[in-house]
Amino acid sequence: MSQLYDPNLDGDVTVVDKDLLVSRLHQYMSTDLVLTVLEDKKPFECDGLSAYCTVPLIVVIPETVSQVQSVLRTCYEMRVPVVTRGSGTGLSSGALPFEQGVLLVMTKLNRIIEIDINNRIARVEPGIANLAVSEAVAEYGFYYAPDPSSQIACSIGGNVSENAGGVHCLKYGLTVHNVLSMEVLSVSGERYTVGTDALDAPGFDLLALLIGSEGMLGIVVEITVKLLPKPPQAKALLAAFDDVKKGGEAVAAIIAAGVIPGGLEMMDKIAIQAVEDFIHAGYPKDAAAILLCELDGDDATVAAELETVTAVLKRSGAIEVRVAKDEAERLLFWAGRKSAFPAVGRISPDYYCIDGTIPRRELANVLQKMQDYSEHYQLAVANVFHAGDGNLHPLILFDANIPGEFDRVEEMGARILELCIAVGGTITGEHGVGREKLNQMAVQFSDVEIVQFHSIKNAFDTNGLLNPGKGIPTLARCREYRVLKSRRVDLDG
Amino acid sequence: MSKLDSEEAIQEKVQHAVAKKLPLRIEGGNTKLFYGHPVEGERLCLKDYRGIVSYEPTELVVTARAGTPLVEIEAMLEKENQMLACDPPHFGAGATWGGMVATGLSGSRRPFTGSVRDFVLGTKIINGRAEVVKFGGEVMKNVAGYDLSRLMAGSLGCLGVLLEISMKVLPKPECEQTIVKSMSLQQALEEMTRLSSEWLPLSGAAYYNEQLYIRFSGGESVVNNVIKNRMTTDGGEIIEASFWNDLNEHRLHFFLTQKPLWRIAVPPATPPMQIEGEWLVDWSGGLRWLVSDADSAEIVKAAKSCKGHATQFNRVYKGEHLFEPLEGVTKQLHTNLKQAMDPMGVFNPGRLYRGL
Repeated sequence: MSQLYDPNLDGDVTVVDKDLLVSRLHQYMSTDLVLTVLEDKKPFECDGLSAYCTVPLIVVIPETVSQVQSVLRTCYEMRVPVVTRGSGTGLSSGALPFEQGVLLVMTKLNRIIEIDINNRIARVEPGIANLAVSEAVAEYGFYYAPDPSSQIACSIGGNVSENAGGVHCLKYGLTVHNVLSMEVLSVSGERYTVGTDALDAPGFDLLALLIGSEGMLGIVVEITVKLLPKPPQAKALLAAFDDVKKGGEAVAAIIAAGVIPGGLEMMDKIAIQAVEDFIHAGYPKDAAAILLCELDGDDATVAAELETVTAVLKRSGAIEVRVAKDEAERLLFWAGRKSAFPAVGRISPDYYCIDGTIPRRELANVLQKMQDYSEHYQLAVANVFHAGDGNLHPLILFDANIPGEFDRVEEMGARILELCIAVGGTITGEHGVGREKLNQMAVQFSDVEIVQFHSIKNAFDTNGLLNPGKGIPTLARCREYRVLKSRRVDLDG
Repeated sequence: MSKLDSEEAIQEKVQHAVAKKLPLRIEGGNTKLFYGHPVEGERLCLKDYRGIVSYEPTELVVTARAGTPLVEIEAMLEKENQMLACDPPHFGAGATWGGMVATGLSGSRRPFTGSVRDFVLGTKIINGRAEVVKFGGEVMKNVAGYDLSRLMAGSLGCLGVLLEISMKVLPKPECEQTIVKSMSLQQALEEMTRLSSEWLPLSGAAYYNEQLYIRFSGGESVVNNVIKNRMTTDGGEIIEASFWNDLNEHRLHFFLTQKPLWRIAVPPATPPMQIEGEWLVDWSGGLRWLVSDADSAEIVKAAKSCKGHATQFNRVYKGEHLFEPLEGVTKQLHTNLKQAMDPMGVFNPGRLYRGL
């Protein structure tokens, strides 16, 4: 079953009159903002998940909200599908173009519209990079909390589409907890507001529904985010374990002790070694697992929590507990974690990142089963793990040049996601379903639930023009996938 | 009539209503019945559908049936030194888990920790086709499918019957202290802005009867230190914590009124609003309670012009709208969503808005 759009499983594709569409787009956009030839469009054929590529019919790169509105109006009238893209760092093919559609690139809408320090909010355009928001308000002592590892590049609009998290979200929340309101364009280009500048809004919580909806319900053109005062103090601890299970138990023990760390991350041996060889973060290379724990707040709170957590880690059997001796070392600890993906990229020609989330108590069990899968498929796995909130990021190592190897990777990835569902978790914690996890939606949800999702989509986009073939599978695809799955060898005993 | 103490019994009742297109008036402990418009319909009472489904303190998650008394859940959390950090008001002994989510009302801790909606992780509901459907789950991060769980929060039962809800919980602070100081409203709002802009273990900031109330929460030595520093520089005195409970539960004298009570959510630094009446400020400036006979349209307009919104909270004012009227695309989307979740229009019709 191919991951690429299949009219038999995903719905009919209508051939678009490209010349007519281009001529209409040129009425309000200069030719350099409308890419029509293959070599110009090629760089946009995939997002951060480069295994899946489709060249779009046309790429448009609007510079104003009014141009976005015009594009949507034109596409709505001509029944042309629209896929929205931010910086293209997404890891689930959420911004994978549609062959007979327009790719709407939002990167030029990247202004900060307003910073209101008294109300602790910033109003920004969707194309601005996540980190740029924090940088812009740093001089006032504030920051924007969600911090995906790609925060240098990833856009706030993309974060909204996927409800992005990051290493600090156990304590400070996901995108949905840090956005107050948004200006949205409907599929036909009509502008409306969801949320208010206050902490809630009248009516149904459309804001919560739109966040994480993967560009399938509307196009966000302005976002009002919450700003938080920067904690005056942050300390990082590194704890090493000779057994991954002990590390998992230590996480539960920290939370049982009443501490919610600013960040709580875990890595296994392969990931530790890859990172250490890459950026020399000072990680103990012989450890089976390490935990990175960040405590932030005022000096007294941090000192008290540091004491509690150190004691808990030692009681949980850590073979080494080390506090970063200064700010430089703390940043180095985190630089190691944030560069885990590229570090793994150095030890393997390719890697494939999984995004399942599990109840933490299932960690040892899930790691063991992943080990079994790894042996069955003859594919190594490096584990990076947002331990505090149970979000796993196993990286399956492979070589795309070996024929058939990626097929094995996909099947193994599917098994891991289905394992996450089986233990009470989910197929995606923060990367989104996109195109990539469409099949596993059929495992996580029943047909009536899938139909309910389709009716929600229909409430916003009756003709199915926004990001077709993403997020929610058709019932035909669900049926096909369930049959395929039932034919697989059982590895879970 | 048989007890609605099982999923099947509730589902059967919904099936019947859907088949006959009969409106249902969904209720739990009826402690927040005053909130929203009255509903004409057959009673669907969830209070016998109760019980804690699971609670794992180290996973920070509770799952319970909608009819479970809130006091029962809070007592269970208390034993593990945990709490519902959204501070939901009860407004009566019978308040339920489902009622908390359906009304989506959060207490004084809300600006510092999050709202009911923020802590919702997953829901199991009966939709308007009488199907049992589950969204979200019991894990902290979950972006599979549209977020219909959080959509349920505050929807006043107009989109489905809540059966089970999973919520994130947090450790209870080791120590809390409240300090009070006399000042004008203008000064209090400025002080709230100043405090909220610093990194402080704040968990409450309210203004009532010419006094500013500030609560700090955290480790004992930390809280004592903050309090000591603050009293040295700004004066003030330490008071009993019961103030916050009286505020959340609307037991303060302010709320015992026969006049219209308005709940006005605004950006926190909004200056004192020029509407005749009595004011009480919570949420560090972000929530303004107003007791006033002023014209409803004037109040709604004033809130909107501050980029907030006003709600007629105690249903004393007999206007057409209790909540800010919807317009344009937003109004259309509400109609479409209602159609998507409840095509026969059986769930709490009109409780939020006429026609929904």
